[in-house]
Amino acid sequence: MLNDEHIELRKSVEEFAREVVAPVIGDYYERCEFPYEIVRKMGAMGLFGLPVPEEYGGMGGDYFALCLTLEELARVDSSVAITLEAAVSLGAMPLLRYGTAEQKARWLPKLTSGEMLGAFGLTEPGGGTDVPGGMRTTAVLDGGEWVINGSKAFITNSGTDITGFVAVAAITGREGGRPEISTIIVPSGTPGFTVSKKYSKVGWSASDTRELSFTDCRVPEENLLGERGRGYAQFLRTLDEGRVAIAALSVGLAQGCVDESLRYARERTAFGRAIGGFQAMQFKIADMEARAHTARLAYYHAAERMLAGLPFKKEAAIAKLVASNAAMDNARDATQVFGGYGFMNEFPVGRFYRDAKILEVGEGTSEVQRMLIARELGMDA
Amino acid sequence: MNIVVCVKQVPDTATERKLRSDDKTLDREAADGVVNELDEYAVEEALKLKEAHGGEVTVLTMGPGKATETIRKVLAMGADKAVHLSDDALHGSDALSTSYAMAQALKKIGFDLVVLGSESTDARTGVLAAMLAERLGVPQLTLANKVEVNGSAIAVQRLTDYGYDKVEASLPAVVSVVEKINEPRYPSFKGIMAAKKKPVETLGVADAEISADQVGLANAWSEVVDFAVAPPRAAGTVVKDEGDGGAKIAEFLASKKFV
Repeated sequence: MLNDEHIELRKSVEEFAREVVAPVIGDYYERCEFPYEIVRKMGAMGLFGLPVPEEYGGMGGDYFALCLTLEELARVDSSVAITLEAAVSLGAMPLLRYGTAEQKARWLPKLTSGEMLGAFGLTEPGGGTDVPGGMRTTAVLDGGEWVINGSKAFITNSGTDITGFVAVAAITGREGGRPEISTIIVPSGTPGFTVSKKYSKVGWSASDTRELSFTDCRVPEENLLGERGRGYAQFLRTLDEGRVAIAALSVGLAQGCVDESLRYARERTAFGRAIGGFQAMQFKIADMEARAHTARLAYYHAAERMLAGLPFKKEAAIAKLVASNAAMDNARDATQVFGGYGFMNEFPVGRFYRDAKILEVGEGTSEVQRMLIARELGMDA
Repeated sequence: MNIVVCVKQVPDTATERKLRSDDKTLDREAADGVVNELDEYAVEEALKLKEAHGGEVTVLTMGPGKATETIRKVLAMGADKAVHLSDDALHGSDALSTSYAMAQALKKIGFDLVVLGSESTDARTGVLAAMLAERLGVPQLTLANKVEVNGSAIAVQRLTDYGYDKVEASLPAVVSVVEKINEPRYPSFKGIMAAKKKPVETLGVADAEISADQVGLANAWSEVVDFAVAPPRAAGTVVKDEGDGGAKIAEFLASKKFV
């Protein structure tokens, strides 16, 4: 399903990742620092506008182009990949899909150029999977303004120097006892909107993740994104798409483990020969390659259905499930190939190991993916 | 301004590069072809000059059919059109005959400014810019790490061992650039899509009015007599500092004629 342009894009991003990201990302990671310079260069290359039409400054490509890009970036580093993933799939795409003409004109050109990042605030400290039941953030209309109160947790790209807004999911009323959920754009710096300091994370250390709080935070009524009360349906679509993207990112990490292990197995000698000559290494690396390959096919298939306008919920859940498994398994095996050096942060595989875990949790846990698959198979809860 | 940027497809420096055992020319099938790295700086400079002064950037490359990959990449970076000089008769041309063939093609294309990288990572002769300028009868401004165009005047900073020389000339001219000059852009997806629709003209020797008896392996002025694989790097010398480490290092450097 890859056409010539996709292949050339992948090559272009592969070069970018190797030449621009790989030499410096280890230091950013060690210092838990957001890589503004890399993000600026990704912006210049048009990566933040990949699936956005040209009229909004985008590249006029498709979501598959974004997935290939995420895979190539994550082969080298996941912090950079997730920064792009969240910026496009959670920042730009909801605006593109549900925004008014004014909202699109105001935000999209800056988002697609990478000058500005948008974030999406859904998860709360007291509810990850349990949405909307666990949601507590509220927004009430008062004199032509939304008044927002509540807090959000684990929000990617929400606290960088170039963050322009957070689209916040909030309860805007009740309908027959069920919460009515809407999404509201809150520009950075709005009084009452507080961004806490960065979390100390196990992985993705060069990406920006924050807890947010809203205290009588007021924004104009027209900052509503999409229809009032449609917030839940909107982000379900966003999450289905995002699963394909996270699957692509996971495949990249899994493949990066193969790349690094292959290189090391050729160079490292033991008992008078390169360790790649031992069957124990060959079988391990063969398994790793097989996992990366099958996971890639799974996300290609999900992306293909999505772009063809076919139902893809089950395929996206399967891709996310198997790709995150592949990433976790490959990271464990790659660090084993590296022996003691695998436990040292100076080697990429140590970073891959730390970055892999979140893939089984973010954008729907593996348990959620299994639940979705079972549901698609017609099994009742 | 009509800018022609000359690029060369070379074997990827990250892979093992080989010469062919039959005619001792580069084995282009043995390695992936990439755009010569220094030429990417030339492309970037050409695109910047176009962005500042208007005009058009034409890519010129001489090479076999496989070199179309290189053309596509440069078009994706933003060049407007391409000329591919390709003919079996050109195979094995040395620097002198390559400069003749390229000069003929450049005369046919027409130019205000020719930009190229200061050398290629495969042959590394670094003489093409000078030879082209001589053949075309225009000024040569080589090893530029800064280029400024003002009307028909051009000025460059020419990188030297002691700093730089300021060199001025009038257009048309030939400029070769060094890697300190800029930061080449990566092709964007939009660029990649647009490249498909850009014109690529293929010229054979007859089209460019190149005399076949002045090019190719048989007519080369230089000949590869023999070649051998580079010997593996020998183990280094470890100097243990027992109070006389500095002296030992100085001795070593002197023995290698570094000091």
